[in-house]
Amino acid sequence: MAQVTMLEAIRQAIFEEMERDPTVVTIGEDIGVYGGAFKVTAGLLERFGWERVIDTPISETAIIGAAVGMSYQGLRPIAELQFIDFIACCFNQITNFVAKSHYRWGAPVPMVMRGPSGGGVHGGPFHSANPEMYFVHTPGLKVIYPSTAYDAKGLLKSAIRDNNPVLFFEHKFLYRRIKEELPTDDYTVPIGKAIVRREGRDLTIVTYAAMMHTSLEAAEELAKEGIEAEVVDLRTLLPLDKDTILQSVKKTNKLLIVHEDTRTGGIAGEIAAVACEGAFEDLDGPILRVTAKDSPVPFSPPLEERFLPNKDDVIATARELARY
Amino acid sequence: MSYPLSRDQHLELYYYMKLNRALDEQLVRLFRQNVVVGGLYSNLGQEATSVGTAYALEKRDWIAPMIRNVGGLLVKGYKPRDILMQYMARYDSPTHGKDGTSHFGDIKVRHVVSPISMLGDLVPVMAGVAIGGRYLGQNIVAMTWVGDGATSTGAFHEGLNFAATQRAPLVLVVENNQWAYSTPVAKQVPIHDLADRAKAYGIASSIVDGNDVVAVYQTTKEAVDRCRAGKGPVLIEAKTMRMKGHAQHDPAEYVPKEMFAYWEARDPIARYEKYLTENKIWDEKTKAALDARIDKELKEDLEFAEKSPLPPPELAEQGVYCDGCHTVEAEWKRSKREVTPPQSSVKPEWQVSDFGGFDLPAAVTKQAAAAAGNGGKAASSTAHGTKPMHAKSDGKTAAQKSNGRPDKSAEKMKVAQRVPFGRGPKGKAGRK
Repeated sequence: MAQVTMLEAIRQAIFEEMERDPTVVTIGEDIGVYGGAFKVTAGLLERFGWERVIDTPISETAIIGAAVGMSYQGLRPIAELQFIDFIACCFNQITNFVAKSHYRWGAPVPMVMRGPSGGGVHGGPFHSANPEMYFVHTPGLKVIYPSTAYDAKGLLKSAIRDNNPVLFFEHKFLYRRIKEELPTDDYTVPIGKAIVRREGRDLTIVTYAAMMHTSLEAAEELAKEGIEAEVVDLRTLLPLDKDTILQSVKKTNKLLIVHEDTRTGGIAGEIAAVACEGAFEDLDGPILRVTAKDSPVPFSPPLEERFLPNKDDVIATARELARY
Repeated sequence: MSYPLSRDQHLELYYYMKLNRALDEQLVRLFRQNVVVGGLYSNLGQEATSVGTAYALEKRDWIAPMIRNVGGLLVKGYKPRDILMQYMARYDSPTHGKDGTSHFGDIKVRHVVSPISMLGDLVPVMAGVAIGGRYLGQNIVAMTWVGDGATSTGAFHEGLNFAATQRAPLVLVVENNQWAYSTPVAKQVPIHDLADRAKAYGIASSIVDGNDVVAVYQTTKEAVDRCRAGKGPVLIEAKTMRMKGHAQHDPAEYVPKEMFAYWEARDPIARYEKYLTENKIWDEKTKAALDARIDKELKEDLEFAEKSPLPPPELAEQGVYCDGCHTVEAEWKRSKREVTPPQSSVKPEWQVSDFGGFDLPAAVTKQAAAAAGNGGKAASSTAHGTKPMHAKSDGKTAAQKSNGRPDKSAEKMKVAQRVPFGRGPKGKAGRK
């Protein structure tokens, strides 16, 4: 059984869903003949044709707008943002048109908006963003940010089959760096369910996406010092799986949140509030967080390295927390 | 092209326009009684544009109205009570009080997409509805309206350009009512006819007297037929006038009085009544019967609306997500096999019709022709491989002049497929 990358897992999910259901169509910039900037959609045009793999002008608002329109027709469009940074160009369509559609007038929008996100690849200020929190703050959307190839495939399939608009963030650092064997059957991973990646008794690390791997590596090092960290991978940011978070916090009594998003207004703040509301009596220490700096994502390697949280940051903060 | 209207159709047009106006007047009364919640956006003076355009559509076709297109909603089968309850924020309104005004729709039966307050956003959405319908083989036309003000938005441009590249069956009615809130159209755009915009998108367009319902209908019907025949989007500019302020609170003192007088003399309903009388399509008795019917319906609907309660507070947090409350179904009118492999499979390469070069000889010929009527001054510049600014440009500057002939070997552009999966770690500097 061959190992596949996260990128290939995503491609398989789109491919298999298009194969299964002719209402699934794709739309985006350079996704057809070229196969997408990262080649996620390579081979789709050849198999499914021009009507189902739609190359568009450089018009993010038109991409999302047209996808909404197609979804009103009962189709299930998958819209690609070439880099997720460009999602800012269609912010209005997503937050006002898409997200409020079902609430306002009962029109479901079964569409997926997906694209490469995240830093660590020297993409600079406009090709490295983690803009998830703009959308986590938008009721009506679902926001997924997977960390493994298995989850990426299973969650994307769930997103395509969901009757709600789903934002699907693909961390480009992980695209070709992680590999695993995938089941051959048509499996899905449920939206809105976190998973415990590593059991531990001393403290809980809540994280997601690329930082999940950083946190796991840190946990292994911490174990050598006798600190057993439990690592919770959120997988879905909206809706947030509060139960899994609280369950873990109640078990370890300490909470550390790790994310690659910037600090102020990152999801760590929300999770801290959830823990205070639901497990205050169980907490034996302050809720701490390891995040990126509050700045745009810088370009030059030493700057970006400084900007991004890393394993050492997680270890140092976890040690501090373990002392309580 | 002329599309004859029967007597019944003529009378139906009157019915919808008059109902539109009577409803508008009723809402003003309710607004003054404080029964309307929030702002009230008058349709006064624009009834012919809303009704005449929507009337050219078939039942299967889709619309997305603006706030002043209540007439279009009535043509699509909504009742005055729906509009009344929307403005009164009642539970039985189409949105159950979650939104007001004409912000409602129905994708399954009436094929109406709800607008949002951000103008221009409906253009790409309706382009999507249009190509979605085409994909499913429905042979539908999608229509939406934008005001003169909305033509300044990016969404308008992106949507129309996308629709044009897709040759989407989209009719875009630019309802030029002269004012975008308090800003006159001349301060929105530096052109007189908004229909001129169509040229830049390479689509068909026409201008119509928006206060002449029959002309609006005829023009739209032609556009709809053209779209249905697969000839791409059509932009119609309907010249009309917003006869009130932006909303009820706005006395529109910025509008010259003479301008109101000019348009009042061209009131669409008064004109149409005269037309019906002069052409002996109706008589006093018919008019009286129609007016009585409108009064009765409006009265009944107002009673219904007044009886409807305000929504229960707990509704506020309900319905954010579709949790199985709606089914998503596509209405296929073609064989799915056509869009399923192997039938859907294509050769993944572009076919380009030309190489986009400067093409000097053609430019010279064109320029010489243009110069003949223009004093001949510009012609000499073409000899140096430049084009004057007003000539049809391919986007290149004079500095990028080409030597004319493209490489023959590249005549058919082929783009090879690259499938670089599983390359693994790049080994370059990344995170630790």
